[in-house]
Formats: sequence, structure tokens, C-alpha cells
Amino acid sequence: MTASISFRGVTKTFPVRGSGGARQRTEFTALDRVDLDVAAGEFVALVGPSGCGKSTLLDLLGGLDTPTAGEILLNAKPVTGPGPDRSTVFQQYALLPWRTAQGNVEFGLESIGLPRRQRAARAREYLGLVGLAGFEERYPHELSGGMKQRVAIARSLAYDPDVLLMDEPFAALDAQTRESLQDELLRIWRRTGKTVLFITHGIEEAVYLGGRVAVLTSRPGRVKEVVPIDLGNRAEDQDLRSSPEFARHRHEIWSLLRDEVSRAQQLEKEAAPV
Amino acid sequence: MSTDLTAPALPADHPPAPAGGPPAADPPPPPPAPPSRRTGRPATLLLTAATKSVAILLLLALWEVAPRAGLVDRTFLPPFSEVARAWWGLLSDGQLASNTQASLTRSLVGFGLAVVIGVPLGLLIGWYRAVADLLSPLLELFRNTAALALLPVFILILGIGETSKISIVLYACVWPILLNTISAVRTVDPTLLRLARSLNLPPLRLFQKVILPASVPAVFTGIRLAGSVSILVLVAAEMVGAKAGLGYLINASQFNFAIPQMYAGIVTISVLGLLFNQLLVALERRFTRWRAPLSA
Repeated sequence: MTASISFRGVTKTFPVRGSGGARQRTEFTALDRVDLDVAAGEFVALVGPSGCGKSTLLDLLGGLDTPTAGEILLNAKPVTGPGPDRSTVFQQYALLPWRTAQGNVEFGLESIGLPRRQRAARAREYLGLVGLAGFEERYPHELSGGMKQRVAIARSLAYDPDVLLMDEPFAALDAQTRESLQDELLRIWRRTGKTVLFITHGIEEAVYLGGRVAVLTSRPGRVKEVVPIDLGNRAEDQDLRSSPEFARHRHEIWSLLRDEVSRAQQLEKEAAPV
Repeated sequence: MSTDLTAPALPADHPPAPAGGPPAADPPPPPPAPPSRRTGRPATLLLTAATKSVAILLLLALWEVAPRAGLVDRTFLPPFSEVARAWWGLLSDGQLASNTQASLTRSLVGFGLAVVIGVPLGLLIGWYRAVADLLSPLLELFRNTAALALLPVFILILGIGETSKISIVLYACVWPILLNTISAVRTVDPTLLRLARSLNLPPLRLFQKVILPASVPAVFTGIRLAGSVSILVLVAAEMVGAKAGLGYLINASQFNFAIPQMYAGIVTISVLGLLFNQLLVALERRFTRWRAPLSA
């Protein structure tokens, strides 16, 4: 199963303590009328300067929070709360340290009420899919960072969500591991056909992974532009990251982000207490 | 990370990486090597045992030699061999067994009640944030009131019988357990809570599958603290008003100038405390096997 996502004028404000003392309450606008459509089975990467509300957007889509205005549609149905049709891969893995790799994958399956026997088989199957066959009985502390994130991806995929939400999942990994996991993710995406919304602050990661890259503005977060990525024939055995198309896309997004990053830094300076 | 793990990790994380397309099939990672525990060669074991006992043997030797050499008054500190003989005497005439039994019963009952009360109460208080905020100043105050300072109050109200002794042990033991349990529940990794929320776990399941197992290590720290407290407080309580127990034995021996017997009682208590602690540590290990070894 797979699903389309559509953000319709999504706005999210938080009450914050104003600069004029504790009494004065102001609104902080994290997201401002975000419009974005993701087709079923599409891989969209979201990039933006830090503090642009990327994670807020994901929380809203995950149903952990509700938008102040606008709505989020999943297969044309509004999102009202968390559910097993969406699953999130967190940057900090969020593995239960007292469960083995197998147990962690089963954790997600327990939440959808799969019978025990099927859980074990399904968990093994998905650990195999992410290349961790043979590591079922390892505890998280016995696994490397990359392997932990593989377990987390297996857990997210095992209960067959329509949409995979990824919140900077590879940010904590070293460059080599990150690149190999990016390839792995693309392979899994092609195989499963899930809709993927991938949040990152890495331009190259976004260009490499995304079929389209949505660039967000800094405070308040708005979709500045959605850039379709065409890197030619991916199946060829070549260094895609050094191809001219890649460089062109990278530069395009870099230019879009540059203004935002400097604006974000300016805002941060102004907000900092003197 | 222990070094033996990086080897199987490498092929999984660094495949030859054809940058173009995905690899046709994932290279199967080699089967994981069995986690290498400390190698139990007899020579190493012997060395470890020797290292661990050398300080204690030195202390005993000093204890034996110092009184004999006249460095200390042997009336007040008899050589260790005399103490050992006195201990044997107490053991054979049954005094040691009956007093130990009296003490152990009291401290185990008090300690057990403290666990039974402290853990569920701590889970409850920690779970309801508002309750925790409301009660924590009070709990801090009680925790920092030395239990023994309240001993006269316990005796006034509950008399000098078993009730007051078990009560004071219970009272002293419940604080470390309660406070550690509360903080355990409150400091559960927020990412795990986010995960549970995104999986739409109902509150009871969340508690059972995330909060409870995540709290186990900190709860055990509290239980271990309570274990040593239970013996400490009990002995003091038995010195005040009791007709049996190791605290009574020590106090009565000193009163009757049976100094070797007094030391025999003291040694018994330290050994007992040591054993109790070891037992709790073993239990803790049993329940927290999933934790990364602290030395790594």
C-alpha cells in the first residue's frame, strides 16, 4: 500500500514568551501556509535552514500535533492523529535498548496486533530486507550506528505503512555509512513503492535521494520552491555524485538555500539577548 | 563499542557501493561472531582472584600482627585469630544463628515491604507529572531526615517490639527506592516516548512496554541502596532496645566485656551486608543484561 500526501495551507503557531517580559505572550509562527503535494509512491526530500519547522511539519503529518490552520490529507482523508498508516524513522534511532533487533522490529508489529508467530517471521523478513540477516539476536548496544538505523528502518517498514517519514535519519552517521544507507534506502524504496518524505539538512543527500526536493524558507517555514531532480539513468554503475547533472541540481538548491540560511542567521542574532 | 563488533559491521555498512544503481542483491553479512565474554582461562582467573583478595588478606594480617606486636592494646583489639575462635564459639552454641536469624527476619521484612510499597508508588508518582511536582519537595525533605533521628519517635509510638524495628527499616528503605523509581519514570528517553506516540500505543501498553522496562536499571539502583540501608538502620535500632539480633549481640558483648565476641558480631554484619549486596547486584545483572557493559 502507498498513499499520497497533501499539505493544504498548513500553518502552525506556538505561543512563546515575548521579549517584553514574562507577561507578554506572542505567537511564534513555525509554519506558514505550507502547500505541498506528494504523489503516491513518490520520494520527496525536504531541505531547509535549521529552525525552519521541518520537524514540526513531520510531527503534524505523523499526527503527533495538529495544525493551527489548514489541513493535511493522506489519500484525500484528513490526518486526525497517529496511526499505523504512517511510520517515522528518527534521527536518534529510537530503539528499545532492552530488546534485540528482532524484538525491536516486533515492537511495531505488536502495535498493529499481529499474532505472535507471524510477528517473528515478518520481523526476520524485514531484517533480511535491510541486510541484517544473522543479527536478529543482537542488542542495540552491540550494533553500529548504521546497523541501528537499519533496524529502525526495518521496524518502520515491517508493519507496512503507506507513508515513510524520515526525520534526518542519517545525520548522526559517518559519511561512508551514510552513503551506503542512502543507496540501500533507494533500493528498498523501489522495492516497496512506499511514499517517502525525507527531511534533511544536507543538500547533496536531498539531491541524491529525492525525486523532487522541496526547499523551505527560514522562520516562518514556507515552501520556497519544489525542484524536480533528474539525474539521468541511475541504474548505470557510475559515480552519480560527480555527474554534471548532480552538480547543477546541487548548485540550484544551494542558491535557493543560501539566502535563507543567511536570513536565519540574521534572525538568530537579533533574537539573541544582548 | 567493543572492537569485535566492527568486523561484521563493516561489510553490511560499506558494500562495494556502485554509485549508480542499487546492488542487485545485498551481500549477506557474515554470521555474527558469538559475543566474546571475558576469556575464562584458569591462569587469568587465579590472577584476578589474587588481585581481589590481596588487600583483604593484608588487612587481616595487620589485624593479627598489630595486637601481638603491642602496637595496639590487645584487650580492645584482640588478634584476628581470637576473634575467629570467638566467632566459631558463637556459631557452635547457636547464639550466632539465632541472632542472625532475628536480624535477617527484621531487615528482610522491612526491605521487602519497602520494595513492595516503594516501586509501585514511585511508578505512579513518576507517571503523573503533576503528582510528582506536588510531592517531590516533601519527599526530598523526608529523604534528608536521617531515619535514625526518628528512631525515638518510632519507639514512642510503636514500642520496642518487632513492629517498631521493622517499621524503621521499612521507613529508611522506602526513600531510596521511591525516589529512584520516580526519577526513572521521569527520565525515560523522550525519543522512545515519541516512538510510542507515533505508534499510537495506548497508555497501559506504553507503560508496560516502554516505561517499565526503561525504568528497571534506575529502580535497581534504588533497591541496592535500600539493601545496605536496611542492615545499617537495623543494627542501630537493635542497639537501642532489643533482646536478640546482631546489633544486640555486639552491644551486649561490649557491655559484658566479651570483646572478641563483639568483633565476631561486627564481622558477621559486614559479611552479611556484603553478601546481600552481591545478591542484589547479581539480580540487577540478571534483569539488565541488555545494557552496554560499563567498561566499554
